[in-house]
Amino acid sequence: MSTSTAHSHDTHALPPRPKELAMHFDTLHNQYQAGKLGMWLFLGQEVLFFAALFTAYAVYRGNHTEMFHVGQYFLDWRLGATNTIVLLFSSMTAAWSVRCAQLEQRRGLVLTIAITWLCALTFMVVKYFEYTHKIHVGSVWGDSFHIHNMADLPRGVVDWLYKHNPGLAQMQGEEQLAAVNDMLGKNGLGLGSFFAVYFCMTGLHGIHVLVGMGVYAWLFVRALKGHFNRRYYGAVDNVALYWHIVDLIWIFLFPLLYLIG
Amino acid sequence: MAGGVVEKPEGAYGGSTRNYLNETRGIKNWIITLDHKRIAMMYLVAVTLALLLGGFFAVALRTVLWDGAVRDPNDLILGMRVEQMYNKYFTLHGAVMVFMFIIPGIPASLGNFILPMQLGTKDLALPRINLMSLYLYWIGATLFVGVLAFGGLDTGWTLYPPYSLDRQTSIPLILALSAVFILGFSSILTGLNFIVTMHRLRPPGMGMYDMPLFLWALYATSLIQVLATPVIGLTLALAMVEHMFHIGIFLPQYGGDPVLFQHFFWFYSHPAVYIMILPAMGVQSELIATFSRKHVFGYKAIGWSSIAIAAIGFIVWGHHMFVAGQSPAAGLIFSFLTFFVAIPSAIKVFNWVATMYRGSIELKTPMLYGLAFMYLFGIGGLTGLFLASIANNVHLHDTYFVIAHFHMVMVGSTLNAFFGGVHYWWPKMTGRMYNETLAKIACGLVFLGFNLAFMPQFVAGTRGMPRRYANYADEFTTFHQISTVGAYVLGAGVLLQVIYLTYSWFKGPRAPKNPWGAASLEWQADSPPDFHNFTKPVIVMAAYDYENWEYDPNTGGYELRKEVVESGRSLATAHH
Repeated sequence: MSTSTAHSHDTHALPPRPKELAMHFDTLHNQYQAGKLGMWLFLGQEVLFFAALFTAYAVYRGNHTEMFHVGQYFLDWRLGATNTIVLLFSSMTAAWSVRCAQLEQRRGLVLTIAITWLCALTFMVVKYFEYTHKIHVGSVWGDSFHIHNMADLPRGVVDWLYKHNPGLAQMQGEEQLAAVNDMLGKNGLGLGSFFAVYFCMTGLHGIHVLVGMGVYAWLFVRALKGHFNRRYYGAVDNVALYWHIVDLIWIFLFPLLYLIG
Repeated sequence: MAGGVVEKPEGAYGGSTRNYLNETRGIKNWIITLDHKRIAMMYLVAVTLALLLGGFFAVALRTVLWDGAVRDPNDLILGMRVEQMYNKYFTLHGAVMVFMFIIPGIPASLGNFILPMQLGTKDLALPRINLMSLYLYWIGATLFVGVLAFGGLDTGWTLYPPYSLDRQTSIPLILALSAVFILGFSSILTGLNFIVTMHRLRPPGMGMYDMPLFLWALYATSLIQVLATPVIGLTLALAMVEHMFHIGIFLPQYGGDPVLFQHFFWFYSHPAVYIMILPAMGVQSELIATFSRKHVFGYKAIGWSSIAIAAIGFIVWGHHMFVAGQSPAAGLIFSFLTFFVAIPSAIKVFNWVATMYRGSIELKTPMLYGLAFMYLFGIGGLTGLFLASIANNVHLHDTYFVIAHFHMVMVGSTLNAFFGGVHYWWPKMTGRMYNETLAKIACGLVFLGFNLAFMPQFVAGTRGMPRRYANYADEFTTFHQISTVGAYVLGAGVLLQVIYLTYSWFKGPRAPKNPWGAASLEWQADSPPDFHNFTKPVIVMAAYDYENWEYDPNTGGYELRKEVVESGRSLATAHH
């Protein structure tokens, strides 16, 4: 509370205020706690944001179990697992960066932030290859789902097709492809809905990774400039919290999409 | 002159002529300000414009309904069939009012201004987030103006697919979806900021139970804003993707599920009606206690009932879908849970009435709005129970009964509390008094117009008049025409307010520090407050200890008693 009538800086009678302290807080600790509470509330908001998608997932999987069973064959669990490890590792370096900031280890701080950023980049590169492959195969969302080539189909899908339509073996070329698309597309299994769920969930998560890369780049610059010290490191802490929830959401996405066979 | 206030030279009431309004000048200093008071005033102007825009569409649609029984369906106005125009009017009326006026209305304008001051602090905890929330509101509002420019929508504000997603022109649809998405994030940021501020910036000596009940109500509102709004954000994003890429999530022809949209939509939009009403209830608690000059009755009951309403509000959304193919079991559960909302709501009303009991009631304009609130909320709340019971609901679903019910709550209650709050805090916010006589006339017009507009709709609804139709059977003519007259009277009342309030801002007599004798901390600041809110140390006291203030005929307002100023403590320490 102000005890002075001065208008611009009302602190000349008091001990000097740290330059990082905003005018409406009395201590850096309180300011840090306010920022942190704000971040936790934001994370609560994030959970609800994704909750709608997880609900959609549950509704569609409950109504179309087989669609999810077959759709899962299109996803490569090895790429998913790689990304899981990359993200888990980056969560460790993110937590480490907070510790470095608390201990005022500037080189360590810059390094851990850089590694976290590079992990995020790696994740997005792997995602890029996964997405382009699916677009190449034609295993995409809703109305656009259309397989272009039998040879692209994963083993599990081929087995399922032959099991449900032994006559497929006698067909060839276009005729066979048309029959396959009939079985997998909206007239049959409706895999388009599975891929709608897949692309929406991983896409929204991917957007969060990109945002994370943006804020880590900002932190990197600030860390290089030496903005942080043991009393003022809220930004590092809060970004790490955000990064952990991005990681946590992936921890749920990976088994729910890749490992349900 | 209003309230017996005598014109005084500048600086007579606070010792300083500088305040947040004239601290710096120029439009740039307003646009990039981090000051919660300036942001609040910009919000107040913006939501008032939204109210006028939404009100324009309301009057327009009521005008169409004047002769709905005898119209030739082939009549053209401005090259458009009347029915088509009507469909756009009610859609835009609903969307503008809900997303741009009622939801941000009280929290972002009055709440933004008053919350830090009731805590005796200088600003909200996160001023940059506050400014960002205002910017997002502006962006959302601009996109919505784009919707109008590109021909509007006729989906209803609920945007139900499939009609909304595969039978609309792309540009206005996408603009509308992004507008609501962005307005949603504006709302989330406001709520987040409020919660942090109430936890971290309460002054020493003020516990949660010492906060004014307005803040409890804002706390409950903020919880809903933070936890429910993201769901509609995601839903609208999915709707947009569905419209553009046909991903098969809400549109049945691509394998999607339109009822899933309804669940998602109401998971937000039902709690959202509590985003609308809870802040209004908070204002109401302040008005009733102040103008009864009595410590509010049942403080904890009122405070916790806000939290209870917020919590129960999350699990009743299915009552919007009793006839949408929901299972009977789900219908039964949602019906049962819906009745529970009535309990905390009734607790509030009874406590307000008990606060007035043997109080020394002063019928100033804000109190008149408070009384109107109680009367209209009583009707709106009780008719909600009719709709909560499934058998009744099947009969009344999508009739004018529903329209009348939710207007009683959303307009009758929230709009009245907004007006009451604006009048109550107007002297603090602008430093000027409005004209009490004109204000009472406007209040009377609003009350009369509102009742004329919506009471007949209850009857028309029970007799089977469905909502969202431009034409109707002969038997409904009288109801519709009374209702249309009411809409005009209500509109006149609102316009009158805008006129005399704007006038008073520039020419009104200067307001004393505390014209009402209210006891919460914002009244210890000058009117209008200093840039840093308080120029003297705030004496922290419970929000309803009115005996600390005494009337001072020299200023026409109330001043802290000498004993209080000297001891720096409230006279009453063991009151609640």
